[in-house]
Order: sequence, then C-alpha cells, then structure tokens
Amino acid sequence: MSFPRSGASPRRRARASAVALALGMALLGAACVPGTDGSGAGSGGAGDATAVPDPSKEGKVTLTVWDQEVRGGQNAEIEKLNKEFQDKYPNVRIKRVARSFTDLKTTLKLALSGNNPPDVVQANQGYADMVAFAKAGMLTPLDNYAGIYGWNSRYPNTLLDLNRVSVDGMNFGTGRLYGLSQTGEYIGLYYNKDVLEKAGVEPPRTWAEFTAALPKLKQEGELPVQFGNLDKYPAIHTFGVLQDQAADGPGQIRNTVLGKGDGFDNEPTRQAARTLADWAENGYLPKGANGTGYDDAAKKFAGGDGAFLLTGTWQLADLKKQMGGKLGFMPPPPGKAGEPLRTTGGQGLAWSVTSKSRHPDVAAAYLEHITNAHAAEVMMDEGVLPAVPGKAAGRAPEGSPDRQMVEGWEQLNEDDGMVPYLDYTTPTIFDTLTADLQGLLEGSLSPDKLVSKMQEEYETFREKQSGEKADR
Amino acid sequence: MLYVLPALVLYTLFLLIPLGQTVWLSFLDWDGLTVATWAGLDNYRELFTDPALRAPFVHALVLLLFYAALPVAIGLLLAAALSRFRVRGMTFFRTVLFLPQVLAMVVVGVAWRSILAPDGLLNDVLHAVGAGGLARSWLGDYTWALPAVGIVGTWVETGLCLVLFLAGAQRIPRELYEAARMDGAGAVREFFTVTLPGLRGEVAVALTLTIVAGLRNFDLIYITTSGGPGNATSVPAFEVYRRAFEVNEVGAAAAMGVGLTVMIFVLTVVVARLVEGRKS
Repeated sequence: MSFPRSGASPRRRARASAVALALGMALLGAACVPGTDGSGAGSGGAGDATAVPDPSKEGKVTLTVWDQEVRGGQNAEIEKLNKEFQDKYPNVRIKRVARSFTDLKTTLKLALSGNNPPDVVQANQGYADMVAFAKAGMLTPLDNYAGIYGWNSRYPNTLLDLNRVSVDGMNFGTGRLYGLSQTGEYIGLYYNKDVLEKAGVEPPRTWAEFTAALPKLKQEGELPVQFGNLDKYPAIHTFGVLQDQAADGPGQIRNTVLGKGDGFDNEPTRQAARTLADWAENGYLPKGANGTGYDDAAKKFAGGDGAFLLTGTWQLADLKKQMGGKLGFMPPPPGKAGEPLRTTGGQGLAWSVTSKSRHPDVAAAYLEHITNAHAAEVMMDEGVLPAVPGKAAGRAPEGSPDRQMVEGWEQLNEDDGMVPYLDYTTPTIFDTLTADLQGLLEGSLSPDKLVSKMQEEYETFREKQSGEKADR
Repeated sequence: MLYVLPALVLYTLFLLIPLGQTVWLSFLDWDGLTVATWAGLDNYRELFTDPALRAPFVHALVLLLFYAALPVAIGLLLAAALSRFRVRGMTFFRTVLFLPQVLAMVVVGVAWRSILAPDGLLNDVLHAVGAGGLARSWLGDYTWALPAVGIVGTWVETGLCLVLFLAGAQRIPRELYEAARMDGAGAVREFFTVTLPGLRGEVAVALTLTIVAGLRNFDLIYITTSGGPGNATSVPAFEVYRRAFEVNEVGAAAAMGVGLTVMIFVLTVVVARLVEGRKS
C-alpha cells in the first residue's frame, strides 16, 4: 500500500512505474500456461494390486492424511481409529492434518496440484471438487481395491455411485470409484417433545400429519419450525426435503442431480417452492430468518423456541447434549404410514487416495480400516452415523434419538429413498440457488421465477458440458 | 540505487510478480486444476456486461460512503469539537474510539452479527425505546443488509480518522484560531477557515486508508452475510475468493481482482490530486 505521504517525488514515481511495467511485461513473456495436462499426474493405475494389501510389508511408511473431521464425536472417532491402525502396523506413521470443511476445501486444490500431495484426502462430492480432481488426474481410481475388499457389496449402490466419476471426467454418479465415505448423513425432522406436548400435538407419523401440525402449533403460540438462513445454505436442505416429498418418487430429482433427469421445470420443484414461500408467509418459519445464523437457530431450538427443526443428522450429538430427553428425531415421515421413506441426504465427504501417493496400498488399507464393521462400532460409540452401520446399530439404546437416526438411515437405504444434495447438480448452483432461496423466503422472488432460474442454471450447464464433450 | 535493491527485490518478489501473474491469469480460462486455455479479453468483457459481476462494484461504491465519507465527516466534527473544549479523560476516549482498529475484523464481524440479529442488541434497544416498528432482520433484509454492514465499517474507521485529525489539529498554530476569533469568526467559520485547511493532509491520508480498507473489505462480508441475502452485499474482494476457490473460475476471479486493483489505484490518485492538492 502506498499512500501520498510516503515521500517519493512524482518524477521518481513515474520512473518506478516504468520499471514495474517492464518487469510485468517480462514476466508475461516468460509465463507459461498453468495447470497440469494430466500427464504430470500419477498413472491413475494402482490397478496392479491383486491380493489384499499388507501394509506391514511396506517398510517404514508415513501416511499423510488430510481430513475435515474436526467436530467433537467425529474427531474422537478418527483419532481412535488412527491409533488402532498404527498399533496394528507399527511401521506406519499417520501424519494427520485436520481442518474445518471450508479451510480444507480452499487449500486442497493447491495441495493436490503440488509435487508432494498428501496420500489420503477428503474430497467433497460434485463437479467443483471431486469431478475436477478426477478430471485433472489427481486421484487414484479405487475400483480394483473395491473388488479386493468387497466394498461394492458393503455399500449400497446409491451411496457408492456418488463417489464415481465417468472416465472422460464429465459426469459423476457413474464410472470409476474415486473415494469411500465413512459416515452417512441425511436431513431429518428433530422435534421438541415438551413443546409438542404443550400444544397438544402428537409426533407426526405421516407427512400430512406434520403439515397439519404447523398451523395448530402456530395457533397455540408456538413457533412451528425453527430456521436460520443467514449462512445461506440451510434453505437448500429444507427445499430439498419439500421437493422430495412432492415428487412421485426419489428417482426424479436424483436423476436430475446426476445429470440424467428432466431438470427442475416440473411440478414437484414448483410445489416445493410454493410450500417454502407459504411457510415463510404464514409464519411457520421465524420472521427474518435470513438474518439468523444456522447455529443460532439450532441453539434457539435447543432452548425451547420452535417445535420442529429440519436439518442434518450432524446436529444430533450437539442437540442431544443440550436437550437430553426432550429431543426427538425421525426421518421426514412418509406420505402414508408404512410407505417408503425419502429425504435429501447422502454421505460424508469421500476419502480418496491421491494419484501421486507412493503408498497406494497402505492408503487403501487405511480406507478399509476406517470404514469396516469395527470402525462402524467406534463411530456409533462416538455418536456418529456410520455409512454402513451393520450390527453396530444395536449399540444405541432402543428409542433413543441415536437409534431413530440409525434405523431411519437403514430404512432409507432399504427404501432407496436417498436424494443427493441439490448443490451437486452444477458447479455454480450452490451459489445461485442459495441466493435465490433467500429471495423466495423474503418474498422478493416468486416461486415460479425461482423454478425458471433453477431450470436456466441446469440447462446452461448441460449445454456447456455437451459443448465440451463435442470438443474432445 | 544500491541501497534500495533489497527493498526492490522484496517488492518484486511479493508484489510485482504476483500482480503480473494475476494479470496473466485474467486472460485465461482456467479451473485451477486442468490445463488452461486462452480467453483473451473475455473475462474483462464479462466484467462489464454481466450484471452479476458488475453489482459487487456498485455495492463497494455504496460501502465507501460508510467506510470513508462518514468516518471522515464524523472524525472532523469530533476533532473540531474536542480541540475547542478541554475534555477530561481524553486519552481514555481516544483509546476507546481507536479500539475497533486494533480488533481483528473477524472478531468485529462475529460481534456485530449478534448485535444485528433479529433478536439481537439493536432490535432489543429499539423495542425498549418504543421504536419496535423499526426493528427488523438487519442482515437478512434486502434493503438494509448493505447499510447494516456499512455501519460496522463506520464504527471501525471513525476511531482511526479521529486520532489522525486530533494529532493534526494539535499542529495548527494557536495564533490562527486567535486571529480568526479576533475577526469575529464563530465556531462554524473557524472550522472552515482554520481547522479544515490545516487538516488537509490528514484528511487525504484518512480518505486513502479508509477507501482502501472499504474496497478490499472481505472478512466482514464473509463473516456476517456471505454476500447475502441473495447477492445484496456481495463485494469484489469476496467475489474474487468465491470464484477462485468455490466455483473454480480462476480466470474470472483474476480479472475481477485486476478490476479491483485498478479501482483502488484510480481512487487513491484522485484523492491525492483533489484533496491533498498534488500535481504531477
């Protein structure tokens, strides 16, 4: 920064800027086109492993792992599993770098393009991250290991597919496997038992009962649904759940997210937009929710302000700590009792192996170690939802919110009711949709306009993609 | 020439080279990972034609009212008043008013986020004094979010301006004030004929510092609104970050960064010319 008091005379300054200009030009001339063309990246092979890798035979190994599991239970669970892995293979030392989600997201790209990237990284699903990394040849396909370790049969396809990227690096949800998720997550319905009881409302068994409870709660002077949208993203989850409920089945929206559906110009999307706008207008959501933080809203809910809270399973441990026996949890209830469940959800960030890792076998063994049946038990004990709970589900007491969460997860997988996050649809939809949903809640954007903007976003990306495909 | 060499080397290494790289990137179409392609002036063309890219610059200009104009005006008023009357505990007030400058912007952001919340301090006060009708969700309101963030800037920058002006006012010879009074000048006249011209240099410094602070405002937006509601508070510095790291449009982000640099440069030159009265 140079402000006028720095003393250089104007003439000297003119000369300095000439020097700067010359330097800049020289630099431009010498600069080369940045980015890798894929050839500098690893072979993308690791296809030669034929038997279960044995890390103990690899000599001294330092495995660098970058993850974002910094919150309470998740951090504890990873630390425990890392220790076990090192105890089992004394020749392996795990160098763990844990950062928050946002910090990981912004630094990972630089780290991966360097010459010495970490061995194992947690990559976010979708076009902006995992697809971009795979396209640039920075991640190792894991299909071979999936066969050796039986990951294909351990995980339901809906989950495994989210970690797949097509060979041409254009689509995801199909193609090679680039990562394994440790945890599961979905948007569910939290409720405050005391508030419901006071208003004479039973925990809903169907979606219709839930929506009928909203005006009743309002009448009784309770806030029906607690909600804070200052951070912009929470509305995308609420909207997703409403859309899933309005759709004929989970397939329609899921296909659109994965790039093989009919887009957003359809009745379920329109209806979801109308419902959300109605909720805001009728006061089922708090007034001025765009100005309340996500965490603040959760705290208010825990404090008894609000009967319901529609958000992810990642909040369960914290809410339970604050609310104890008052907290109830369920997946969004089905249209009719006993009908299949559906909601927005998926899995935690994928654990991927970088293509430049010198120890892909050890990395794969590590992935196996943090996702197997024993790992599920460790996760359950720490209040974390494992992607594949298996027998570990029984470790939570009957009727507890944890148990409801695990049982809901298993039911959702059985019903094939999981719809991936809407922000996977295009690289930029997270920005456009979160901004537009704030407008919808405020009443400045009509539901129809929201839908047409979503559709426009979807079509623009599809066109760009098919254009790129034609170029190849 | 030799004794400026070390400084020049550092300057080149950490300023000129990155600047040159940014300019270079702005002519490319690059996702930050795969091989980049030449984009020519496309990124700049979009900067001027795409309303979504233009809006942040407009917001930044609005914010300058709150970051630069208001603090300088308030600072001048306070400085004039304080230099006229002897105030007990002056050092204490100066410290308190300067305090926001010392706090990390992140801390400021978190504190104001809770003050401006729907059930935050500001609305509580409004309700308490019977002006509950004015209470609103400040950061979630399309009309009020930008001014609300701006007021935080005013709060931060006013202390800096005041301290600068107070120091400057002490250098103004007492005789000038006496002469003005002798000629029968009132407080207002005295301010415009003695204090303001005497503080010309300080005003230029204050304007430059606050304009630069206002234009590169990133942390406050990041913490309080993330550019929302909608895109009502998005500013260039925040957009650069978002495009480079979240949407993988490094070229467009670089073009925006260059645009921001040019804007800051032009405004500081204007301040130097007009306010400080420099001629080349």
